[in-house]
Amino acid sequence: MNLELTEEQCMLQDILSRFLSDQYTFDQRQKLSQQGIGYSEQNWQNFAELGLLGIPFEEQYGGFNFGATGLMIVMDAIGKGLVVEPYLSTVVLGGQLIQKAGSEAQKLDLIPQLIEGKLKLAFAYIERQSRYELSNVSLKAERQADSFFLTGSKSVVFNAETADKIIVTVRTSGNNRDKNGISLFLLDKGALGVSMKNYHTVDGLRASELFFDQVEVSHDAIIGELDAAYPIVEQIIDGASAAICAEAVGVISQLREKTVEYLKIRKQFSRPLSDFQVLQHRAVDMFMAEEQMRSLSYLANIKIDGGSRSEQIRAISAAKVYLGDSRSVVGEQAIQLHGGVGVTDELDVAHYYKRLTMLNNLFGDRDFHLERFGQVELV
Amino acid sequence: MDLNYTPEEKSFRQEVQIFLKENYPAYLQDKVAKGVALKKEDYVHWQKTLYEKGWVAPGWPVEYGGTGWTPVQKYIFEEECGAANCLRLTSFGLVMIAPVLLKYGTEEQKQKYLPGILSSDTWWTQGYSEPNAGSDLASLQTRAEKQGDYYLINGSKTWTTHGHYGDMMFALVRTSKEDKKQKGISFILFDMKSSGVSVEPIITIDGLHVVNQVFLDDVKVPIENLIGVEGEGWSIAKYLLQHERTNIAQVPRSKKQIERLKLLAEKEIHNGKSLLLDPFFRAKISEVEVELMALEMTSLRALSKVSVGESSSMTSSLLKVKGTEVQQKITALLMEAVGYFSLPYFNGVLMDGWQDGTPVGPEEAAFLAPHYFDWRKTSIYGGSNEIQKNIVAKVVLGL
Repeated sequence: MNLELTEEQCMLQDILSRFLSDQYTFDQRQKLSQQGIGYSEQNWQNFAELGLLGIPFEEQYGGFNFGATGLMIVMDAIGKGLVVEPYLSTVVLGGQLIQKAGSEAQKLDLIPQLIEGKLKLAFAYIERQSRYELSNVSLKAERQADSFFLTGSKSVVFNAETADKIIVTVRTSGNNRDKNGISLFLLDKGALGVSMKNYHTVDGLRASELFFDQVEVSHDAIIGELDAAYPIVEQIIDGASAAICAEAVGVISQLREKTVEYLKIRKQFSRPLSDFQVLQHRAVDMFMAEEQMRSLSYLANIKIDGGSRSEQIRAISAAKVYLGDSRSVVGEQAIQLHGGVGVTDELDVAHYYKRLTMLNNLFGDRDFHLERFGQVELV
Repeated sequence: MDLNYTPEEKSFRQEVQIFLKENYPAYLQDKVAKGVALKKEDYVHWQKTLYEKGWVAPGWPVEYGGTGWTPVQKYIFEEECGAANCLRLTSFGLVMIAPVLLKYGTEEQKQKYLPGILSSDTWWTQGYSEPNAGSDLASLQTRAEKQGDYYLINGSKTWTTHGHYGDMMFALVRTSKEDKKQKGISFILFDMKSSGVSVEPIITIDGLHVVNQVFLDDVKVPIENLIGVEGEGWSIAKYLLQHERTNIAQVPRSKKQIERLKLLAEKEIHNGKSLLLDPFFRAKISEVEVELMALEMTSLRALSKVSVGESSSMTSSLLKVKGTEVQQKITALLMEAVGYFSLPYFNGVLMDGWQDGTPVGPEEAAFLAPHYFDWRKTSIYGGSNEIQKNIVAKVVLGL
């Protein structure tokens, strides 16, 4: 039993914190977020050079095989820096889907490219009616000879605009909400019949609505087995949930630190706000929530690397519930303690708060996971 | 990062399990499981058993009777004791005064007091709080005047747990008036049978007698009963507060209580179905479980720090606050689970269980509301949760 960071994790942490302090100030981040493609291609190449794109991938494809606890360190830094580059889409979701379900040929072809920064991915699995239910897939494939024709739409697909390839969940048999009959297709971005509506998200990222009109794809484009993608999608989304819990820890740590600093310098009634006990205790509540959230993020990521399926679900859902609670305990409180300045666009705290709030709405919100947590042992 | 235990730790866990299975009596297991009040002989019985095994004082140095266990082994022992519904030994002797004697006591004092603490032949009580000194403990007013070879003590101590069983008391007393209230406080021991000591019961919110007020009226205490230097009692008191806090969160006990809550809720019927299947009640259980899961992991992180030789004192306030919040929420849910049967009150049943074999409602029900009320104390004692937050604000956040 040892919960200290390993040497590798410490090194990774150092690399990341140097990168953030040298090249990722809040002003730089805001510029990237608002202009052009919404992030920096140069940063992405730096990520590749620093080895960050290879963290979860097996050595034979050029990765480091650091697992979820390795990703946890990267995601924590992504949270601290409010990083806008498409790491979650490309590495955590897309890359891991290919590693988990892809054929040997697909893995050998795609993962090394990804690690070198030459391939960016997006994962399209959300639909208008699906909410958080992963089996709720109605985008249809009709089979004709060796081809499939896809018709339907996907919503809130992160980084689709800049992705080279998009992985799509498709209903290949059965009815909407059936767990059987879902398949994964790998599409080239420019595939004929795909159109997109691109937009900014409220927390400074980019996403798209995707429309598929008789898009022809060959049998080779399937990742994994036909009709059998559901358990893979579920596990990848679980991994991504644990990853964003680590991101949330980074966000929360910044909200807490910045709020504590502000309490020390802001004066009212001729004394610093930090003299007021009512405010001290709120800051302590934020600190306690931060530590408890860090604990659950550790647990969720450790369990992904080596726990039973039910242990994984309990730990991940617990962490997601806590993430949801931290929206108010940490996020709303940080804004309140900053007073009027907290609700200005200029202040970084407002943007950390927005990210934290949106993290709750990814991959199942607090209530979704509270229910899931309680159901594990009943099944 | 690794949550797995070593083969040695696993076999240690097994050894503890076997020992508890063979030596922890069923009647005590039953009492603790149901929440029946524990009597002095219950504590003494279990402490003697552990004493004979050599496991009574894991926190002590080996030469004085400690076990020599690693921090992880101590944690495993606590976990297994929680899982087996073991009663918690009273802490006043073993984990409060003993470490003080070991650090500040003279050789004579150690020889005189430590053996009785270990064997449970001497019962210790704590003389800290006073009617006008609670959270602001340093404002205590009980006076000790030096007169030749003894101190003359006058004043009153309160919330004295097991004061009515007590043989000895360790107390903070004022030996001089100084510019700062923390100065001039001394740490002293005295015999509860001394003339001038009287113990009056305080009946708590659950209707039971556990705590007392102790009146000290011209009590003569030999000067050799002073611990450390006169006037330096406050730093001793602070040392005592820092000692042995890894189990402060009471995670193993709370896990057991969650298990109990689920068993109880499963049997209760709500709208034609098991209460455990009711989404609202289920959600409330899950919320507590999530907090407890986080707390367990935070405890393990603190333990891991201790194991690699780093201090974890910064988290002990967190563990105390979150630990007591979890415990209190569980007592509330246990009470809610039995609905109407939380109402009937039987003082004798709280003391001795259902002797006539015909409980009103579920057998455990009569204990649940009194427990819920009694458990409010946990966020008040040991430095109230608000005091803990003051500590974190100052020490950790620098506010």
